[in-house]
Amino acid sequence: MAKIQSFFTSLSTGRLAVIGVPYFWFLLLAAIPLLIVLKISLSEMESTSISNMINWSQGWPRLTLNFASYQFLATDSLYFKTYLSSIKYAVITTLLCLAIGYPFAYYMARSPKHMQPTLLMLIMLPFWTSFLLRIYAWKTLLVSNGVINNILISLHIIDTPIEMMNNSFSLLLGMVYSYLPFMILPLYANLTKMDMRYLEAAADLGTSPFKAFWLITVPLSKAGIVAGSMLVFIPAVGEYVIPELLGGSSTLMIGRVLWDEFFSNNDWPMASAVAIVMILLILVPMGVYNKAQAKQVEGR
Amino acid sequence: MMDSTSNKIWAKVWMAIVYLFLYLPIVTLVIFSFNDSKLVTVWTHISFRWYTQLAQDSDLISAVLLSLEIAGLSALMSVFFGTFTAYALNRYKRFQGRTLLTSMSSMPLVMPDVIVGLSLLLMIVTVQNWLGFPERGLFTILLGHALLGTAYAMVVVTSRLREMDSKLDEAAMDLGCKPIQVFALVTFPLLVPALVSAFLLTFTLSFDDVVLSSFLSGPGYSTMPMVIFSRARLGLNPTINAVATVTITVVTIVVIASSFYTSHQERKRKREEALAYSDSNK
Repeated sequence: MAKIQSFFTSLSTGRLAVIGVPYFWFLLLAAIPLLIVLKISLSEMESTSISNMINWSQGWPRLTLNFASYQFLATDSLYFKTYLSSIKYAVITTLLCLAIGYPFAYYMARSPKHMQPTLLMLIMLPFWTSFLLRIYAWKTLLVSNGVINNILISLHIIDTPIEMMNNSFSLLLGMVYSYLPFMILPLYANLTKMDMRYLEAAADLGTSPFKAFWLITVPLSKAGIVAGSMLVFIPAVGEYVIPELLGGSSTLMIGRVLWDEFFSNNDWPMASAVAIVMILLILVPMGVYNKAQAKQVEGR
Repeated sequence: MMDSTSNKIWAKVWMAIVYLFLYLPIVTLVIFSFNDSKLVTVWTHISFRWYTQLAQDSDLISAVLLSLEIAGLSALMSVFFGTFTAYALNRYKRFQGRTLLTSMSSMPLVMPDVIVGLSLLLMIVTVQNWLGFPERGLFTILLGHALLGTAYAMVVVTSRLREMDSKLDEAAMDLGCKPIQVFALVTFPLLVPALVSAFLLTFTLSFDDVVLSSFLSGPGYSTMPMVIFSRARLGLNPTINAVATVTITVVTIVVIASSFYTSHQERKRKREEALAYSDSNK
């Protein structure tokens, strides 16, 4: 009785609807699709619909699982190499973003208070203009008859154009360029909240500014560093558009492999298996991040 | 003291370099959209020929219109479902499956676009096998963008809900408001600035997306980024520079206007709060 009653009270207060609507929405569009990907990764090319996977034997439904796609994934060294190279590019991108973004966020947080909203807006503005167009812009700058080479040649700095396109340089440049704001924003949010009295205390006690930076500022901004790194690393691992436009054929990225398996080879089970392994790769840093976040909440 | 001045100069130089890095490609795009030469990268003299060509490019124009339609509708859906989600997670701290809802709602934020696109498409194909619909096209792209947008809108609305004083809600309830009245009369008006920025953000996300659209669209439905992407893959094309310049101009105006609007609202709210307090202290 009590249960039914509480059901009706929740109905009248709208609680059920408020929780139910987003629940239904995300179940349908986020959770179920991922389960379908998992299911199709375990089926064969010809039998990608559910009814084909369930065999009825002696009155009991039986699921036939097919690990062929995963076996192929494990044996073909190209996939392994591609995963490894995606992680490599994502890690380098994250480190470069950190190296460029940390000093930037630090200086931004210490610039005059009335300047900060404008400086922040200038970081956000490129983020609002089309990502695709900005990547395309780099292409016009980097190609061998591109803007940079033309300027360098007309200034007689170089005679023959420098190869800057379709290699790891252009790929990393595009990725750092696109993800830099994602590193700067959490770092700035963190550094701007820092209590300056710690640094004053350190200075009073005779610590050099350089030492104080490494002993106080950096450890205090750890949460910002972790958040920024996750925001850069995770999308970078699965990036498709940047390697497709700037990377050329020699740079291996897993997002492109998934795309090709699906659109060129029409191999849905293979594409799904690639996706599932990619999700597992992302879950590891995600777990670390969530743990760090939980720790920070506890620490408050 | 010597150290601190050199530090300041170093800070300015570093910031200038990063801003230059961020804006260099955008500025180049705009400059070369006014270039007469067919070669995108060699400057000859100023001309508007790519804009006249753009005006006659019916493929691109219909793609822009489709993108605007999808972006507008998906932003509305995103704000609607995003507000629902933020409100549910913010107001109800304990209910069964709360953790599941939290992780499901952050999934589109953390998963690469290719995975979100693939999973949605496979879901739609499965539903199609059972029910015979939906056909791939505008509606399916809309679903994908609305899913992504909901997650982003949720983040924006949540941060506003956290800042808001729950005492206001409680006061309204003490004065006899029903929950729905509390939402309509107290919570919603306070949320409006957040809803506006969530709308703008999700509109932009949708207008910019190429991966989800490529997975979810059907024959005859090419969004603007899809057309630009397929042209950019083939090589350089000055009409893209012209489109880019138009987009950048519109976006810059809207972003600056909306930031003025937000800071104006904020000041107005603070003024009213200050007034309310000074009244109560009389």
